[in-house]
Amino acid sequence: MPNVRLIARLDIKGPNLIKGVHLEGLRVIGDPQEFARMYYEQGADELVYIDIVASLYGRSKLTEIVRRAAHDVFVPMTVGGGIRNVEDVGDLLRAGADKVAINTAAVRRPELVTEVSRRFGSQAMVLSIEAKQQAPGRWEVYTDCGRERSGVDAIEWARRGVELGAGEILVTSIDREGTRKGFDVALTKAVSSAVSVPVIASGGYGEPQHLAEIVADGAADAVAIADALHHRRTTIGELRGHAASAGIQVRAP
Amino acid sequence: MTQVTVVDYGIGNLFSVRHALERCGGDVTLSGDGAVLERAERLVLPGVGAFAGGMQGLHERELVDPIRAYAASGRPLLGICLGMQMLSSVSEEFGRHDGLNLIPGRVTAIPHADIEGRPHKVPHIGWSELLRPAGTIWEGSILDGTAEATAMYLVHSFAVVPDDPAHRLAECEYGGHRIVAAIRSGNVSGCQFHPERSGEHGLSILRKFLERP
Repeated sequence: MPNVRLIARLDIKGPNLIKGVHLEGLRVIGDPQEFARMYYEQGADELVYIDIVASLYGRSKLTEIVRRAAHDVFVPMTVGGGIRNVEDVGDLLRAGADKVAINTAAVRRPELVTEVSRRFGSQAMVLSIEAKQQAPGRWEVYTDCGRERSGVDAIEWARRGVELGAGEILVTSIDREGTRKGFDVALTKAVSSAVSVPVIASGGYGEPQHLAEIVADGAADAVAIADALHHRRTTIGELRGHAASAGIQVRAP
Repeated sequence: MTQVTVVDYGIGNLFSVRHALERCGGDVTLSGDGAVLERAERLVLPGVGAFAGGMQGLHERELVDPIRAYAASGRPLLGICLGMQMLSSVSEEFGRHDGLNLIPGRVTAIPHADIEGRPHKVPHIGWSELLRPAGTIWEGSILDGTAEATAMYLVHSFAVVPDDPAHRLAECEYGGHRIVAAIRSGNVSGCQFHPERSGEHGLSILRKFLERP
C-alpha cells in the first residue's frame, strides 16, 4: 500500500477562500494565498482548489489565485471549477496547476475528459464527482456545485470517466460535505473498487477516527480536508500523526 | 546567480519547474532554440505526458542533436519525469519510440499487479521514499545531502530500466516492485519524481543540481 496522501482542499468564491455545508451556505474564511502557504509549510502532500460557483457564473479568478500560489507552493496543485474546454485547462496548467478537476463540463460533454487527457496526459485529468445518496448503494452525480441533478449514476460515471482518460478521481459526498460527521465510506469504497486509478475522498472529516475509516474501509488513496484545517481545529502535521498511529501509511515529513 | 536553461518544447508545465529553480537561486532561461541549449551552463529537460509526444516535440524543434551535443560537453543535464524517460534509448509506451539514448535503457510499463499478483493502481501517484540501491553512492550526485527514505512526489505509468544497473541512482517501491526513481551517468542525471513538486526536500535536490561544479 503506497502512502496515503493528505490533501488540503480550498474552496474558492471570487478572490476568497470560503466554506459551506453541503456545498451551500458559503462563508468567507480569508485569503487563499495565506492558507495555501500555511498548508504547504505544514507539509500538505497536495493542494486542491475548487472554485465553488464558477460553473454557475462562468467566470473565475482561479488562474490568478493559482499563479500567486505557484510562487510559494512546491507540492502538486489540482484546480477545478468552471473549466469548459481544453483552452481553460491550458490556461490553468500554464498558471502553475499540475492537474485540473472537472465535474460539470465533463458530465455535459464526456469527450472533454478524453480531449484533456490526450492533450495534457491522464495524470493531469482528475474527474471530480460530486455525489448524493439516492438509496443504499446508489449515488447520483450532481453538477453546478451540488445544485443540479444529472440523472447519472456516480459509480457508472467513475468507471466511464476512467475509460475516457481520467487519471484520478476526486469524490465529494454532498451529504457529508461540511458536516464533520465523517466521509461517505460506502460511496468512496464503491468508486475505488470500480476503478483502477487513485481515488481522493472529500467531504465530512471531523475527527481522527474518520481518517482511519476512509482509508481502511473506504479504500481511499488520498483524503481531502477543508474546514477542519481552515478553522485550525487540526493541522496537516497532526493529521499525519493520527494517521500513523492508526496504522495508515503516510510519508514522513 | 547560477544560470540554468530549461528546455521549452511545447509540452509540460514549465511554470512550476521555473519557479522552483528560481526559488533555489537559479537564473532561469526557457528556450526551445537549439543554439541556446547547446550554449547553456546547466540544462533541465522537464516533461509530462506521453513519451512519443515528448520526442516529437524535441524533433519538431530540432532539439535532439543540440541536447545530445550539450550532454557530450560534460556540463550538467537533469531530466525530470518524462524528461528522464527521454534520456533512455527506447520506450514501449504506445508502441516503440526512440529516445535520446544518453543513458542506455528501456522505458517499460509499471506492472498492473503487485508482486503477489493482486491488482494495484496505475498510474503510480503519490509520495514514495527514495531507496539507495546496494553499492550506489549518492555523494557527488543530485542526491548528495538527501537522506535515504526521504519521500518524493511521483506520477507515472511507465518507468525507466537502465541497461547498466550501475546507472540506477535511486529506486522506490511500488507493490513490492523496485521501480527506478533516479538515474545517473556522469554529468547526465534524471529523476522520475518531481523535485519541483516534492516540497523542501525536492527543492534541496534542485539546489544541489545548481551547485554542482
